Amino acid sequence: MSPAVETILEKYRNAKRDQLIPLLQEIQESEGYLSREAVARIGRHLRLPASKIYGVATFYNQFRFQSNGKHHIQVCRGTACHVKGSAKVLDALKRELKIDAGATTRDGLFSLEVVACIGACGLAPVISINGEFHANMTPDATRKLLRAIRREEEKSHAAD
Amino acid sequence: MIQIEVNNRPIQANEGETLLTALKREGIKVPTLCHLEGLFPSGACRMCVVEIEGVPGLVPSCAYPVREGMKIRTHSPKAVRSRKTIIELLLANHPDDCLYCVRNGECDLQDLAQELGVRQRRFQGARSSHKMDISSPAIERDPDKCILCGKCVRVCEEVQGVSAIDFIGRGSRTVVGPAFDEGMNVSSCVNCGQCVVVCPTGALREQSGLKRVISAIQNPKKLVVVQHAPAVSVTLGEEFGLKPGADVMGIMAAAFRRLGFDRVFDTSFSADVTIMEEAAEFIRRVQTGGRLPMFTSCSPGWIKFVEQFYPEFRENLSTCKSPQQMMGALIKSAFAEREGVPPEDIFSVSVMPCTAKKFECERPEMTGGDAPDVDAVLTTRELSRVIRMRGLDLKALEPEPNDSPFGERSSAGKLFGVSGGVMEAAIRTAHFMLTGKELDRPKIQELRGLDGIKQVHLEVGGIRMGFAVVSGLGNARRILEEVKAGRNDLHFIEVMTCPGGCIAGGGQPLSANLAAVRARMKALYEIDETSRVRTSHGNPSIVRLYGEFLGEPLGEKSHRLLHTRYHARDVLQ
Ligand code: SF4
Ligand code: SF4
Ligand code: SF4
Ligand code: FES
Ligand code: FES
Repeated sequence: MSPAVETILEKYRNAKRDQLIPLLQEIQESEGYLSREAVARIGRHLRLPASKIYGVATFYNQFRFQSNGKHHIQVCRGTACHVKGSAKVLDALKRELKIDAGATTRDGLFSLEVVACIGACGLAPVISINGEFHANMTPDATRKLLRAIRREEEKSHAAD
Repeated sequence: MIQIEVNNRPIQANEGETLLTALKREGIKVPTLCHLEGLFPSGACRMCVVEIEGVPGLVPSCAYPVREGMKIRTHSPKAVRSRKTIIELLLANHPDDCLYCVRNGECDLQDLAQELGVRQRRFQGARSSHKMDISSPAIERDPDKCILCGKCVRVCEEVQGVSAIDFIGRGSRTVVGPAFDEGMNVSSCVNCGQCVVVCPTGALREQSGLKRVISAIQNPKKLVVVQHAPAVSVTLGEEFGLKPGADVMGIMAAAFRRLGFDRVFDTSFSADVTIMEEAAEFIRRVQTGGRLPMFTSCSPGWIKFVEQFYPEFRENLSTCKSPQQMMGALIKSAFAEREGVPPEDIFSVSVMPCTAKKFECERPEMTGGDAPDVDAVLTTRELSRVIRMRGLDLKALEPEPNDSPFGERSSAGKLFGVSGGVMEAAIRTAHFMLTGKELDRPKIQELRGLDGIKQVHLEVGGIRMGFAVVSGLGNARRILEEVKAGRNDLHFIEVMTCPGGCIAGGGQPLSANLAAVRARMKALYEIDETSRVRTSHGNPSIVRLYGEFLGEPLGEKSHRLLHTRYHARDVLQ
């Protein structure tokens, strides 16, 4: 297990089960997501079965169970973006990538996250890829964008 | 005793019990979907609601204690309407797959929709469409049919101490499954099937072996051999309307032949072999300072439980294969030799009260070379299905005997079907092996009954020893923790995965309540009381098998065919 996780667990040395959520939050913050190994380790620490931890964690939207993809896509579902059709954009992303929000594509290229207003309402509907904003998205524009990224990836792959 | 009034009739109730318990005793049926006998009520489904005078709203009878003088209406219009609405809501996103569903005709959801007169789809919800999990050799999961009653989760955690599954996600997307929503095959599930038995719908079921068995029977090149476990003959009848505990041994043998099986063998016979090997192994451990306490090894759920949760106790497990696997190995060696049939032309089927046996027969250690010793496992329920499929009327069949050479059993072997039976059988034979004399009283009362943990200290062959009998893996955990903490008065511990033993196994008829399990247990003990041969070493067929084929218990042939090893397992716990 990563030393960072051990350090966090050390802090929660005498923790009881009711501290599961803050513990999960801290580990996710440090590791970016909750891995199988991390969940198993937390389970041993709190004497909780992994199925229970996973059950609790999936009850909340904030936890991820896969590492972020190379291109981490955040879709804003804030009010302004919603009014301008962010649901359709999210749909297009899910369909194109064949994953749900919170997941990472098998090739590790993309991951998808749904976030609240990211403070760029003027650009609505907006998505951000690795922190870079893309404004006025439509399903079509979304698909084009993804395909462009994929082409780039293939080219750099071929160059290797 | 207190007095309450139900539907304008006075009835008696016991202080401290729930309304549901009192109603049941009076034969008043209030439907339940999440109630589990013997466990703390969860109050999740609200099917069991009743009206109580002076109490606003409806109360769940499974969680509500009786009180002196309370006046209850179990089927008031309000209560019935509420139940009907619950069912209608549950059906809103249900697949309506009854015609193709394994539970068609024995589904609580279907029964309730019928009883409450649901005739149309009143609520339209998006049909759920989750992926099915058929990864496990024993248990299939079909989350679309799940009504989220939570019974499986509670049984797995509170009774079995395994916690392989839990609720995942929330709201309309909730499913029940293992951590990370992975396949059951890589989870900590021990394949016991207790969740299947309590599931009110077809959301959990056994992985079916019927197709393979039927096609083997239809293949003229195959010699199809069947063995039936000790606990099957006293439960199969329930599927056909007989009362719990009715022993249909001979009728079942007749049915096997009508179904096209070429030979009918009795797993109670190989249970006798197990006792010969296990008693000898126990004595050797005691006399040579081997690892103690020794644990029985006939229950495959328990084996996996040790391998994944307590690998440090692997050495304590008897190296004996289970009776199913011993029979399998004998069929493809001694029997094949005797018949002059190559083992690959034999298709070996076993009918078991158990879903974990499906997992066991696929273990790599259980496949002598490339061919498995047992090719397919059917549960008692699956056997009843194929009997119905072939239109056989059990009541019209005349009893027939099993076939030789593996059809003659002692009642000691038959006792494997009930918690405590293996230990009783083993003590009878260990005593004989040590002293050359039979026990004065073969019956060991302390090890009988449905308690989860039973123990006795006895002198066997001049040595005072501690014996414990445990059923339900939650109880096994308790004993293991005691041993881990230094308890050292126990020498031999029998563990059965299912509470009460195989008579309440995960492959048994779904009708089981505590009374039925008790009747099944009684039936097995009656067989023992009235049996001529009550010890494994006294079974003439066993004496012959050792004389003609095996040689000595723990001998070279036994070692190769009848014993095995265990491995630590890395699963997400
Ligand atoms: S689970 Fe019950 S109600 Fe659902 S399809 Fe199967 S039989 Fe029908
Ligand atoms: S088969 Fe047994 S161990 Fe597996 S999920 Fe069901 S109850 Fe739990
Ligand atoms: S799988 Fe069956 S027992 Fe488990 S919650 Fe669903 S309906 Fe209930
Ligand atoms: S609502 Fe999308 S950026 Fe504010
Ligand atoms: S049976 Fe009482 S609430 Fe479910």
